[in-house]
Amino acid sequence: MTITQAVRSSATDGAAPKRAGRIRTENRRASAAFYWMVWPAVIAFAGFHTLPVLVGIFFSFTNYAGYGAWNFVGLSNYFNLFQDDRVLQAYGFSFLFAIVATILTNAFSLAIALGLNAKIKARNFWRGVYFVPYILAILVIGYVFQFFFSNSLPKILAGIPLFADNILANEQWACTAIVALAVWQACAFAIIIYLSGLQTIPAEMYEAASLDGASAWRQFTSITFPLIGAFFTINVVLSLKGFLQVFDPIVALTNGGPGTSTESVTLLIFRGGFSGGEFAYQTANAVVFFIVITIVSLFQFRVLQRREADF
Amino acid sequence: MTTATNVAPQLEQELDAVTANGRRKRQSDREDDTRRTNWWATALIAVCSLTVLVPLYLAVVVALKTPEQLTAGTGFELPNPIRWENFADAWVKTSFPQALANTAFITVGAVFFTLLTSSVVAYALARNIHRPFFKGVFFYLLAALFIPFPIIMLPLVKQTATLGLDNQVGMIILYTIYGLSLNIFIYTAYIRSIPIELEEAARMDGASTWRVFRSVIFPLLMPMNATVGILTCVWAWNDFIMPLVVLTEPSARTLPLAQYVFQGQFNTDYTVAFASYLMAMAPLLIVYIFSQRWVISGVTRGSIK
Repeated sequence: MTITQAVRSSATDGAAPKRAGRIRTENRRASAAFYWMVWPAVIAFAGFHTLPVLVGIFFSFTNYAGYGAWNFVGLSNYFNLFQDDRVLQAYGFSFLFAIVATILTNAFSLAIALGLNAKIKARNFWRGVYFVPYILAILVIGYVFQFFFSNSLPKILAGIPLFADNILANEQWACTAIVALAVWQACAFAIIIYLSGLQTIPAEMYEAASLDGASAWRQFTSITFPLIGAFFTINVVLSLKGFLQVFDPIVALTNGGPGTSTESVTLLIFRGGFSGGEFAYQTANAVVFFIVITIVSLFQFRVLQRREADF
Repeated sequence: MTTATNVAPQLEQELDAVTANGRRKRQSDREDDTRRTNWWATALIAVCSLTVLVPLYLAVVVALKTPEQLTAGTGFELPNPIRWENFADAWVKTSFPQALANTAFITVGAVFFTLLTSSVVAYALARNIHRPFFKGVFFYLLAALFIPFPIIMLPLVKQTATLGLDNQVGMIILYTIYGLSLNIFIYTAYIRSIPIELEEAARMDGASTWRVFRSVIFPLLMPMNATVGILTCVWAWNDFIMPLVVLTEPSARTLPLAQYVFQGQFNTDYTVAFASYLMAMAPLLIVYIFSQRWVISGVTRGSIK
């Protein structure tokens, strides 16, 4: 909901709300057909989405292992989470990863979008190329990256100690490979969103600015960046939310290792919940994770939209 | 119902006017872009595109090598001689035809039912958003956007197993339902920009609400259908985590899952593994190459709205 508002308030002139208000039917009840259109979806959604959520929340107050008997344990799962080093480490990793990946994704994709929006040769061809990563399964392409990092790179950069012995086996630096893969894929979609933002800026503004003698950098900071504010907000919020839940790139590259140094919250929930006999405990973790993600996303919207409003 | 069909082209013009009002005209897409070709930008874009092309190149050349060639070099050398048998081996080892059939079935089903259901729900919500019930449903579905998959993951597995939905049909149902949140978000904004007068004209002719949707609204939704269809297709085709937790039978495996099992079993067999990766990537890549412009413009529309 907030995303539409964000885009609508700055990219369009708010035509949609006006239109919605113009509906003339004054009857209190809509025609029966509209209810028939909505109810099946609501029921299906409640049954397959909301019900599992509620069941999960319910079991987070028990000691259920995924099989066998269980008892209520109150809030103890939640208390234990905050004293579990492995959980805290997973949160630390996920946040560090998400912040770094979000910054890199937005910096790179904005730069490339600017390039693709300039008058270049074979523009449509290049746009097509940059979108390719989006349509490839991250898991599958991840194996190609794994080969590159563990087999090709050590041979190519044999002179540099860090790369000479497989960066993926290095506890401190394995995460950089995961960042590289995740950013590589995420850029594709971010570029498209920035590109559609850049196309809403009239060329006349740049003409006027260059007549006034504004440098390219000045044009970027005073025209381009302010005018694509809404698109920036969307990209930052979506990428942070997505990167916090990172799963596929880790499975493809390190599987959480070496040790647990690249274990994200999602991977921990998956591992502990399915094979570690920690069903209830990891569900409690998932509930906390949900609250964290919601707070982070809403906070970001607040901050970023305020920034947009300044212009 | 002829009125509705006659009106369509006219409406499209009107719609264009509406959207052009909102977002300023797309300057850079105009044919008469008089700026001089920026060679610096062209060079930079070309160089950066290597980050996309090099991994693909690596995948292709490794898939065509013998294991001996691979251990001798960095992986980037051209294959000599070319070993096509890697593909045959991969075909057998991953039971590729079955994995492909499963993935294709799930993807086609998910796209079909998503387009059918999401658009109807979005239409009902968009036209009645001022009524408390519909507004409530709208926010109920949107709120789900914030719920991360892990929170549902564990209970969902129990539920699908109990209901006998831990198979391809279950996956189609899940993709259709879980896509609702985002799709409704994409559709409703667009539907609200469709003038209500059009529907009233059809209603005057005696069309029911369902009829109005089928003959007036749905055809007008084509750009959004393309967007939603592409997003759903890419999601269902490439998804890894949901099939991983939901599907239990090995015979139900999808393409990404087949690669995952492959990875564990034949860890050192890189050349065959890469042939298998290529085969897993190829179908969507080929479709994309032929429909590239259309895909990009479709996704762009979806992201702007």
